Amino acid sequence: MATEHSRTAARLMVSPAVILLFLWMIVPLGMTIYFSFLRYNLLMPGMESWAGFDNYYYFITQPAFKSALVNTLLLVAGVLLITVFGGIALALLLDQPFRGQGIVRVMVIAPFFVMPTVSALVWKNMFMNPVNGIFAHISKSLGFQPFDFLSHAPLASIILIVAWSWLPFATLILLTALQSLDREQMEAAEMDGANWLNRFIYLTLPHLTRSITVVILIQTIFLLSVFAEILVTTNGGPGTASTNLPFLVYAQSLLNFDVGGGSAGGIIAVILANIVAVFLMRMIGKNLES
Amino acid sequence: MGQISLSAVTKSFGDVNVIPPLDLQINDGEFVVFVGPSGCGKSTLLRLIAGLEDISSGKILIDGKDATDAAPAERGLAMVFQSYALYPHMSVRKNIAFPLKMAKLSQAEQDRKVENAARILNLSNYLDRRPGQLSGGQRQRVAIGRAIVREPAAFLFDEPLSNLDAALRVTMRQEISELHQTLKTTMVYVTHDQVEAMTMADKIVVLNAGRIEQVGSPLELYRSPRNLFVAGFIGSPKMNFITGAEAKKHNCDTLGVRPEHVEVQADGPWTGVVGLAEHLGSDTFLKVNVPGVGDLTVRVSGEMNLHHGDQVTLGPQSGKLYRFDANGMAL
Repeated sequence: MATEHSRTAARLMVSPAVILLFLWMIVPLGMTIYFSFLRYNLLMPGMESWAGFDNYYYFITQPAFKSALVNTLLLVAGVLLITVFGGIALALLLDQPFRGQGIVRVMVIAPFFVMPTVSALVWKNMFMNPVNGIFAHISKSLGFQPFDFLSHAPLASIILIVAWSWLPFATLILLTALQSLDREQMEAAEMDGANWLNRFIYLTLPHLTRSITVVILIQTIFLLSVFAEILVTTNGGPGTASTNLPFLVYAQSLLNFDVGGGSAGGIIAVILANIVAVFLMRMIGKNLES
Repeated sequence: MGQISLSAVTKSFGDVNVIPPLDLQINDGEFVVFVGPSGCGKSTLLRLIAGLEDISSGKILIDGKDATDAAPAERGLAMVFQSYALYPHMSVRKNIAFPLKMAKLSQAEQDRKVENAARILNLSNYLDRRPGQLSGGQRQRVAIGRAIVREPAAFLFDEPLSNLDAALRVTMRQEISELHQTLKTTMVYVTHDQVEAMTMADKIVVLNAGRIEQVGSPLELYRSPRNLFVAGFIGSPKMNFITGAEAKKHNCDTLGVRPEHVEVQADGPWTGVVGLAEHLGSDTFLKVNVPGVGDLTVRVSGEMNLHHGDQVTLGPQSGKLYRFDANGMAL
């Protein structure tokens, strides 16, 4: 099949798709880079002028940038912690044989299908609302003052909401990994005198490392760009307490009408995401080999 | 010490009774082989002894102590699994040392025992490899090594050779037999292969549908099978069974004669036509259709030049006929 002729033909055939995909990527990126070097404000259309690195300088030196950076990393780390540990625990539970296993598994996976804006609204109005929320009712019935989650612990609340919607993803991937664990290995370890904890540490966890790596890598990509949950619940506030980088870029371009500054922020976010990705691949990427 | 005795042991999964009440005595140092067709409950029986399955009723004594409810690790038995069940992410050294580590032995002691086991099994050069980098035979030896280091009261083997190719199977069979000579530890070995059973065992336990059909040394089973099942299962090729008028002549319901005990005799009672001749070189197996008797498998010397369609007259060697009654029991 793979003659010189057919290879040329194959290259020719796939090239339209490859070119389209490349343009799809490079045109927005190129325009963003271009805008990031312009003094471009929507309040003064037609007055664009070359700005050099001014946009980058002002974006980085604004006080909100540092807190946005920290919030972004905290959000990613917090959600990863909850979903990985919670995912392992849930997967271990769901791996046990019990009645109604199928229904329970579908129910566990359900939150993943709820779109971010909807889940954030549900959490905001039905759970965390200090007047009508379930948590407020519970604390009142126990005689405590209701806790206003979104004003007093905004970032933690958002971490909770995002973790809730990502937990099923982690659980599902880890559950399938658990089901592929060889039963005879477990029995061999049992005969070798390993108790439950030892079997978990020496057999189950090493077996799960690859899936845990996949969960961490995929989730990190998506968690760096969490936006809807923040917009719907706290709008980045109070102050900048729950502003992450994507939200800061949004605020800069569409609330301050500063497209140039927003573009510079977008490019900074891309660079940061790449740094995080390289860092992660260095740390855990070797788990994916072999 | 490694004495195992089962008394009135039963096992059922739900409504299905896999093992009806069963008694068995395994003596110290014996090489016992459980053999039977697939699904006869031999692996289940081994898992009951290992403690990986709970018995439904009855009692298991190991070295005179009641082990019926003991956890697998407490029974002092080591098991080698069909899939070897090596821990894939650990090196060979760590695999072998795992039971010692679980027993919280000192590092020096662990190293000494692992080196020792590796020497016995010719694994010394492979200690730092992962199981995935080893061949089937080497993996098998690692699995045995992991069993040896525990110095168990008895070894349990669950069809350990079934994943190996034919040549390696013969080698490993000999290695396991030699290991038994060296260690002199009780071994319980499950197989569906009657050749393995005949060559390795001190005592064969023939199982059928969870029942013990016969227990005895290989030659005992070969020479005096207690019933039709054992007669048909032990020996290769299978014993010929003749029913009907020919059997009635010998005052029995079924007449059995092994292929190696049928000879070409000029004045023999059975004359038939060769249907199939399998030439192995040393021997030739003939399938002879004898009118009124049926197909007979006959082993003749490889020198004898007989082919499809030839007519031969056959007769049994004297005293080598087996007679069975209507219930299939030997007379």
